Amino acid sequence: MKSNDYLPHEVQIVARVQEAPDIFTLRLRFTDLAHHARYHFDAGQFNMLYLHGVGEVAISIASDPKDTHLIDHTVRVVGRVTKALAQLQTGDYLGLRGPFGRGWPMAAAQGRDVLLITGGLGCAPVVSVVHYVLRRRAHYARLIIMQGVKHTHDLIWRRQYDTWAAAPNTQVLLTADQTGQGWPFNTGLVTQLIGQAQFDPANAVAMLCGPEGMMRATAHALQERGLPDHDIWLSMERNMHCAVGHCGHCQFGGSFICKDGPVYPLPEISHLLGVKGF
Amino acid sequence: MNHFLAREDFPHLLRALTQAGYDCVGPQIRQGAIVFDHLHSVTQLPQGWQDEQQPAHYRLEQTDSPYWFDWSNGASAIKPYTFAPQENLWTVQRDQSGRLRFQATLPKPQKTAIIGVRACDLAALALQDQHFLHGKHVDPYYQARRESLLLIGVNCTHAAATCFCVSTGDGPEIRQPYDLLLSEIAAGFLLSSGSTAGATLAAQLPLTPASNAQQHTAQQRMHAATQQQRHLPAKPPLFAHLDHPHWQTVGARCLACGNCTSVCPTCFCHQAVEIPDLDGDTSRHERRWDSCFQPGHSYIHGWQIRSNATDYYRQWLTHKLAGWHEQFGRSGCTGCGRCISWCPAGIDLTAEVEQLG
Repeated sequence: MKSNDYLPHEVQIVARVQEAPDIFTLRLRFTDLAHHARYHFDAGQFNMLYLHGVGEVAISIASDPKDTHLIDHTVRVVGRVTKALAQLQTGDYLGLRGPFGRGWPMAAAQGRDVLLITGGLGCAPVVSVVHYVLRRRAHYARLIIMQGVKHTHDLIWRRQYDTWAAAPNTQVLLTADQTGQGWPFNTGLVTQLIGQAQFDPANAVAMLCGPEGMMRATAHALQERGLPDHDIWLSMERNMHCAVGHCGHCQFGGSFICKDGPVYPLPEISHLLGVKGF
Repeated sequence: MNHFLAREDFPHLLRALTQAGYDCVGPQIRQGAIVFDHLHSVTQLPQGWQDEQQPAHYRLEQTDSPYWFDWSNGASAIKPYTFAPQENLWTVQRDQSGRLRFQATLPKPQKTAIIGVRACDLAALALQDQHFLHGKHVDPYYQARRESLLLIGVNCTHAAATCFCVSTGDGPEIRQPYDLLLSEIAAGFLLSSGSTAGATLAAQLPLTPASNAQQHTAQQRMHAATQQQRHLPAKPPLFAHLDHPHWQTVGARCLACGNCTSVCPTCFCHQAVEIPDLDGDTSRHERRWDSCFQPGHSYIHGWQIRSNATDYYRQWLTHKLAGWHEQFGRSGCTGCGRCISWCPAGIDLTAEVEQLG
């Protein structure tokens, strides 16, 4: 039979974890175990999750590519489908097709400093990279985790940051635009943290995830630190329906974000980054 | 083009196609325009009719000429025969325990012969093939429809005022693969086959060798269609002119109706729509043509990347004429001019590009 990339496969929710009031993780397994055994993905790729009678939504894969047990998706409630996904419980069934897209340059980053810079809530695509690097700590040089949020209460997985900060050769820098009581970290934009980051610009890879304004400003700050453009990678987001580069919604200039991205080196997209209407 | 099929023998072709199991589709007049539809008899063909096209203008005129194909094009290309305007991709059934059973609903199209396909539309088909079939992901729905087609091309003998296929390099002479190729002269057709299926059909027809005079006449008639009023530069540097004030001027005229994307033979955007049945357990996943002129096209949770006609038009034109070069190695325009005729505001792609230089 010919392959049909539009057709979902049934998965079951093996576990559901509430990460924050509007953020949850679904741990999934294909009911067809042979299909589960064949399923492989790269860090930073995404799946299309289908909820019966509601529709599909693109969600990045949060689990480790080597963890063949379950496929994790950390979801923030933002729209129609994610709101309905939030109602699901352990044991419920979903459709899944994937994996799609280009993931993070984990192979190219081996032996180098890794900077993970995120803005806004969650940023599951980058959290999965933190786990990826920590589990293969010897393969990478320094790990620098920088996260900026609007309000201090937006910082989810806060306890995880303490664990990460204690890891060898790892630096954690956190900041909030508006800080509340007992906030031990910085105040201001994530770009202001870059001066504190200890890395070798000649031997580092930066991975950015967040609002495009934040990523542009961050890329600029990294350029000023001497990091070459081709070592600055960004995770882009656009409307995704088909996930295979056919439906046209996610086009960014000549690129299909679902197929050619969602992760890009800066030179591939810098000409349109921040241009209104693209 | 070394065979000749007399006009009165053309029904032999329809008969041979029907006997070979093809549903014949050909040009005919509906609601004042030439469209493709089921063809049972040569009497349905638009004999003597010519089209007059201008920005926001399409009219047919009856002449007393014997020709069946002496018009340039109609509103619809052959796109709906491969990329269906609306089609079910799969259905899902939920059982009592909540388990989901997905079932692909691949089309099983009847073999279809399309008679009268033009150079611009065959070039567009080649581009859609590249998009749906020749990338990393093959679209099995498009593939099933595409493989069911037999294409009988006709070289153009009349260019509308909106045509510019000469400047895009796609016409009026057919250069893309076909099964049979026709050139119309008063007495009938010069014919050549371009595939095994085409040759099998041709072998069943009462053909005679084409004379030098007939070939000369066919060449001259085709030459007439090379006289075109409009021109499109090969690769306008639109991405370098994203701030050009003319985008605003076009945006102010554009009604954002999406006609241009509907009639365009290369536009491929589509959306997925979920249609649950009343029983609550069955649901259909359907795709429909979409347009970058629709507000929802660029929606991502809570906001739209593009929300006004200026942004829509700029997205469409930069994609069609510049983005396609990155994606497919050539422009997404084959010079058919439909977007000019069928734009209710008379927006003329060639004139706008000249302004946007």
